[in-house]
Amino acid sequence: MSTTTKPVNQKAWFLILPVLLCVAFSAILPLMTVVNYSVQDIISPDRRVFVGTEWFASIMRDEELHGALLRQLAFSFSVLAVELPLGILLALSMPSVGWKSSAVLVIVSLSLLIPWNVVGTIWQIFGRADIGLMGAALQGLGIDYSYTGNPTHAWLTVLLMDVWHWTPLVALLGYAGLRSIPDAYYQAASIDGASKLDVFRFVQLPKMRGVLMIAVLLRFMDSFMIYTEPFVLTGGGPGNSTTFLSQFLTQKAVGQFDLGPAAAFSLIYFLIILLLCFILYNWMQRVGTQEKEGGQ
Amino acid sequence: MSKPKFQKRTLFLLFYIVFALLPIYWMVNMSFKTNQEIVAGFSLFPEHFTWANYATIFTDASWYSGYINSLIYVAINTVISLTVALPAAYAFSRYSFLGDKHVFFWLLTNRMTPPAVFLLPFFQLYTTVGLMDTHVAVALAHLLFNVPLAVWILEGFMSGIPREIDETAYIDGYSFPKFFLRIYLPLIKAGVGVAAFFCFMFSWVELLLARTLTSVNAKPIVAIMTRTVSASGMDWATLAAAGVLTIVPGAIVIWFVRNYIAKGFAMGRV
Repeated sequence: MSTTTKPVNQKAWFLILPVLLCVAFSAILPLMTVVNYSVQDIISPDRRVFVGTEWFASIMRDEELHGALLRQLAFSFSVLAVELPLGILLALSMPSVGWKSSAVLVIVSLSLLIPWNVVGTIWQIFGRADIGLMGAALQGLGIDYSYTGNPTHAWLTVLLMDVWHWTPLVALLGYAGLRSIPDAYYQAASIDGASKLDVFRFVQLPKMRGVLMIAVLLRFMDSFMIYTEPFVLTGGGPGNSTTFLSQFLTQKAVGQFDLGPAAAFSLIYFLIILLLCFILYNWMQRVGTQEKEGGQ
Repeated sequence: MSKPKFQKRTLFLLFYIVFALLPIYWMVNMSFKTNQEIVAGFSLFPEHFTWANYATIFTDASWYSGYINSLIYVAINTVISLTVALPAAYAFSRYSFLGDKHVFFWLLTNRMTPPAVFLLPFFQLYTTVGLMDTHVAVALAHLLFNVPLAVWILEGFMSGIPREIDETAYIDGYSFPKFFLRIYLPLIKAGVGVAAFFCFMFSWVELLLARTLTSVNAKPIVAIMTRTVSASGMDWATLAAAGVLTIVPGAIVIWFVRNYIAKGFAMGRV
């Protein structure tokens, strides 16, 4: 939201009412159900016992969960560390006019449009040493690559798959941000004798800040919720090296039908994402403001 | 612009395009093979080229109905998302009111909730209201993550339009709905296009909720793929063909909004 002064008008609430109704139907009612479950032991649909915070306490002490959370954090921050610079670089490299820009735009977007389970399946074959291009190529280079046997390889394959799948999102947003910079900025920079690096640092990066913020938040929260792709590719293995939080939760909720603990876990999961996004959001805003002050 | 720098960037772009297309090429390659050939060994090109996998999908109702089901709920979802997000985004960009900043961030909060968290409550909620296994159920469930996204994107575009335009229109005697539809909407056409593409994309590829909320009548293509794989013992070839076909509708959408993405965001949240 822009920070310029806007006229106060409480009637604007009527304009956002439809959004509130839609989202409330989808969000608040289910959330209340989850809260309700999280404090009960549901033995059968008719027999339930109030257990207070017992589930929360036992979940917090769950060793498996701690492992999944650490793997999740490492994965999400690796995703950001790779996809953000790569996406920006890609956005800077994409042609801005002509048929080439249209073609590149469509090619880059293709991976976004593939359903997530198909993404997992493609990579499952693609990475196999006997029948897959990547697996065979790596074997050919003398690397004993196996995403089903080696935990490190499995983890890196999931990361590479995510980079392939989602870097276009960062690139598209960054590309759109770059297109918004008026030529006058570049002319001014060239009069000042700015190097390419200076132009990027003082013109392009600040102008992309807004869209990159959306990109970082989207990529962070989506990678934190990653489920389908690793589930199809590795099934969480080998061992539990690629079992992330979402899969852990689904095992609990659907696999074992432990409604109470699953609900308590859901709430903790949600609060973790909320907290991390809030920190990330505020940190990025502060970095942006400081840069503005420093630049002037 | 110095010459070597330019070439380095082009080289990087080509490298990335190859990286982006290789897995997709492998899927296309597989879709023209038979299952025996896929499993038998490594080959860069299909040796026994066949259209049979595509024929299976286009002749079997349980396959192609999946595409129709998906398109129906994605379309419903995109229309509802944009319809409710437009006035809300206008309110956020033009007025300040009690709790506006909190509501704006709260919207994004809903996008942070993992769909897995909502699986069970959604299942119970939609069973209770009798919407299970309908297109509307999936469309409504997907509003959860598409409406906040649409509001954020559209708000960015709307803030780029000078407020003088609104005021001039009111002085000229336009009513609010007339002004919004006749003057404002054409100005942010680009934003609507971009938001529509993102809503389409996220709803089209979502598996977890779509699979949980449907069983027969509204079964989306993403769910049909998983079922067939497990039932018939890994039918790679048909799955690859189905995967290739899932790209097509989205590729058509991006082709239509491609100009908006560059031009559109330019006026938006930057």
